[in-house]
Amino acid sequence: MTAYAYYPGCSLSGLGKPYDESLRAVFGHLGLGLEEIPDWNCCGATSYMSVSEDKAVALAARNLAIAEKRGAEVVAPCAACFLVLTKAQHMMAEYPALAAKVHTGLRAAGLTYEGRAVVRHPLDILVNDVGLDAIRAKVTRPLAGYRVAPYYGCQVVRPYGTFDDPLRPQTLDRLMAAVGAHVVDYPLKAHCCGGSLTGTMEEIGVRLNFLLLKEAKARTANVLATVCPLCQYNLEAYQGKMRHTFNEDVSLPIVYFTQLLGLAFGLSPASVGLQRNFVTAEPLPAMA
Amino acid sequence: MRNGTTHCRYAEDVNPAFPAEIMAKPGGEALRDCIQCGTCSGACPMSVHMDLTPRRVIALTRAGLERDVLESATPWLCASCYECQVRCPRDIKVTEVMYALKRRAIEKGMYPKRFPIPVLAKAFYNMVATHGRNSESRLLIELAFRTNPFSLLKMAPIGIKLLRTGRMALGQDHTKNPKEIKAILDAMEES
Ligand code: SF4
Ligand code: SF4
Repeated sequence: MTAYAYYPGCSLSGLGKPYDESLRAVFGHLGLGLEEIPDWNCCGATSYMSVSEDKAVALAARNLAIAEKRGAEVVAPCAACFLVLTKAQHMMAEYPALAAKVHTGLRAAGLTYEGRAVVRHPLDILVNDVGLDAIRAKVTRPLAGYRVAPYYGCQVVRPYGTFDDPLRPQTLDRLMAAVGAHVVDYPLKAHCCGGSLTGTMEEIGVRLNFLLLKEAKARTANVLATVCPLCQYNLEAYQGKMRHTFNEDVSLPIVYFTQLLGLAFGLSPASVGLQRNFVTAEPLPAMA
Repeated sequence: MRNGTTHCRYAEDVNPAFPAEIMAKPGGEALRDCIQCGTCSGACPMSVHMDLTPRRVIALTRAGLERDVLESATPWLCASCYECQVRCPRDIKVTEVMYALKRRAIEKGMYPKRFPIPVLAKAFYNMVATHGRNSESRLLIELAFRTNPFSLLKMAPIGIKLLRTGRMALGQDHTKNPKEIKAILDAMEES
């Protein structure tokens, strides 16, 4: 059994709990091990980078150092965590002075990091390690009737994602098609949801997310699949506000791609955390 | 805040050392190669909300007009989506320049006043430095108290739904030994 070092990050224990639950369920079903990195710390997200770059890299590097010791590839499902961890690796490789400072910090905590950790997004693992044929073979309830808008957001594919095109990614499209969904053409698939802007500059954040949903609807999607907890939250939690502000109903179930995979594998809605979504299973098209 | 589009700029507004300082930061190196094509501004999902478009931020930065860019909302509206950066025909790391400007603005205390984003960044920084992990709900509450307490009321309906679906952690999560994080950060401070 392949085992991965799991970096859930702060989001997957709170807002993104259904992502955590469905990821574990799907990996378990496929015989992939997920071992949580012991005592991981917050990756620092974009906020830490805005205050101190070298310390942000050091925070990320602590997790990489712990994972490296265990020798397994790191799975980072949250887009911001994925970005920050991979960015820390790039920065340390490209800027020796910064790396030296980070090493000094790590040493103070009795840690070393040699730069060997490999950080992966679960979408990459499922499509490129497991493979679409193996996934197809596990499908017991094809997602017939699901018209999925595949939404990647930004940081999984840009700028350090290596497994797909940074502007016109296809991986999620292929994965969703493999489990029987109809994938709609969604030109905004790699556009930004604004990240934490909904919390800080609400009008701006809500407008961005409204546009994303409006387009998904115009493309006849009846469900939107995400790969990031912040995108999921932004697109889902502000639907009421969108209706109010723009006088237009763009409500749509916003689910994690791992939730859809789990359903296609025949797992129960509860085991993929579907009851935790605001727009729950009912508006999802009836299962075949 | 001065409106970036309407005021004149004079020689004394220029900080001649500023461009070199930003270019010395990781990602700032290629600043001089910008051809002002505007691809970044066209690609940026936030540019319609910005007082200065990303292209103008690059132009003003390399012209040394430090106050214009640091007091602008633009670096803080940048959502770090890297759309500009991957599209730039001159390989300018526009997103990284935005980060360098944010850090510089915080260092100098020159960010736009009563603007919630630098406040959030600093609150987040402190939370992680102390606890090793962040608790989103606490952060949002702290942010609201510091900027606009009434916004908490507006947030309530979403908060209630998050609680009901078990997606809001109210306690402060932390690593087993938060002192370890502090040791790392302190050692870097001294180095
Ligand atoms: S896309 Fe690049 S070259 Fe064009 S204006 Fe922006 S930074 Fe300059
Ligand atoms: S990274 Fe920032 S400046 Fe660049 S396109 Fe995205 S929001 Fe705009």
